Amino acid sequence: MDRAEIDTRIRTLIEPFNKKGIAITDDSRFTDDLEFDSLTVMDFVAEIEDEFDIIITMNQQAEIENYGQLVDAVLKLADKG
Amino acid sequence: MTDMIGQVGHASDLFSKFDDIIAMREDLLASGVEDPFNLVMERVLSPTVAVCNGRETILLGTYNYMGMTFDPEVVAAGKDALDRFGSGTTGSRVLNGTYIGHRQVEDALREFYAMDHAMVFSTGYQANLGIIATIAGKGDYIVLDIDSHASIWDGCKMGDAEVVPFKHNDIDAMERRLRRIPDGAGKLVVLEGVYSMLGDIAPLKEMIAVAKKYGAMVLVDEAHSMGFMGPNGRGVAEDQGVLDQVDFVIGTFSKSVGTVGGFCVSNHPKFEVLRLVCRPYVFTASLPPSVVATAATSIRKLMHGKNKRAHLWENSRVLHKGLKDRGFQLGTDEPQSAIIAVLMPDLEKGAAMWEALLHEGLYVNLARPPATPANMTLLRCSLCAEHSAEQVKAVIGMFERAGKATGIIG
Ligand SMILES: Cc1ncc(COP(=O)(O)O)c(C=O)c1O
Repeated sequence: MDRAEIDTRIRTLIEPFNKKGIAITDDSRFTDDLEFDSLTVMDFVAEIEDEFDIIITMNQQAEIENYGQLVDAVLKLADKG
Repeated sequence: MTDMIGQVGHASDLFSKFDDIIAMREDLLASGVEDPFNLVMERVLSPTVAVCNGRETILLGTYNYMGMTFDPEVVAAGKDALDRFGSGTTGSRVLNGTYIGHRQVEDALREFYAMDHAMVFSTGYQANLGIIATIAGKGDYIVLDIDSHASIWDGCKMGDAEVVPFKHNDIDAMERRLRRIPDGAGKLVVLEGVYSMLGDIAPLKEMIAVAKKYGAMVLVDEAHSMGFMGPNGRGVAEDQGVLDQVDFVIGTFSKSVGTVGGFCVSNHPKFEVLRLVCRPYVFTASLPPSVVATAATSIRKLMHGKNKRAHLWENSRVLHKGLKDRGFQLGTDEPQSAIIAVLMPDLEKGAAMWEALLHEGLYVNLARPPATPANMTLLRCSLCAEHSAEQVKAVIGMFERAGKATGIIG
């Protein structure tokens, strides 16, 4: 799986959570720009985990602040599987 | 190096991060309601009645499930220990803080649960903090329900393990996460018997079977079930016939037992080592002698509480039906525990209803985000075996009047 494919799949997943339809770039921050609260983050992470059959632990989540970092993290995790 | 006289850089107020919550509280109080988080019990007359703001008030939000707080034998045991051992131990369990009473309460717990080991902490909060943070270390995985109690989350935060939450009570979501954990990693699954926000119980039988299939150890917090769930009052795991599959049971003295303190019971052969390595056990003072004496007496009485248990369940059923029939939205369709959660449309309405109930002479627990699941505002009612049938009937009438006055029911 390459980065572009992962990016596309995550963009589909994020849509229902992006209630205000904010344009997403690699620099979009989940809390500050997309206004995700902690419950939204949990639900969103669960969807990604199931889509790619990976675990993103709370510890790893703490390192992910923006969209680009999420795509990179999933790329790395999905590679191992 | 900073200049000792001139200030370098901007002064920052570390409290600015609390501005939102300060504003929320001010908004709430500006609407004129009594402060729901600042109630004082001026006198406590029994496990079910207190005087608050000069009003005699029925207590329906204290988790005093078995009403042991005024049991004459329990109170007498505390007074006797106070006379014989003094007011406090002034020391850690591993130094000068283990008195005969601490041993006796651990004996009572071992008997109560029919388990090999029992370790008593100063609170249930510390029991979760200590056990979870200590047994799950670097490279291990903790898989936990997303609606877990704050003490469980804090235990995860304090330790070095990888933390993986799953959707509340969702067996498949839990299994998917267990399946993805790398081979060979240590795994701890953390569950609760009763979830205290909505009063719902966990499908422990199914969940523990899955956990065991993946070789995980299992910890169950039975804070809200001790004394009245399961044939011997050992909790939801006993009720579902899987207590022998549970590696660690966490409990508290602050609910059914009717005092303060926490514990872990286990059959793990190496369990006793925790007394040396568990920091929230070692680096704090032990419980006062009077507290462990009341706890031991209460635990032994809970072993024989069959009639009280039956009455508690009756209370729970009557209140659940009464509130449901009057049009309140409840946390569970059927009563599953001694907690009945009444869903409020929002915090403002919830606070108004809470206040209206207080004026009727009823105390319930107002729970608000972020402690609640899905940002709900709840009025949590916890029943007591000492609530009389008349009190429960009166409570339903109070809910009806307050609900109509605040427009929560039609
Ligand atoms: C599920 C659960 N675990 C642990 C605790 C902590 O108990 P304690 O009051 O003894 O600190 C509580 C109570 O607040 C609880 O509800």
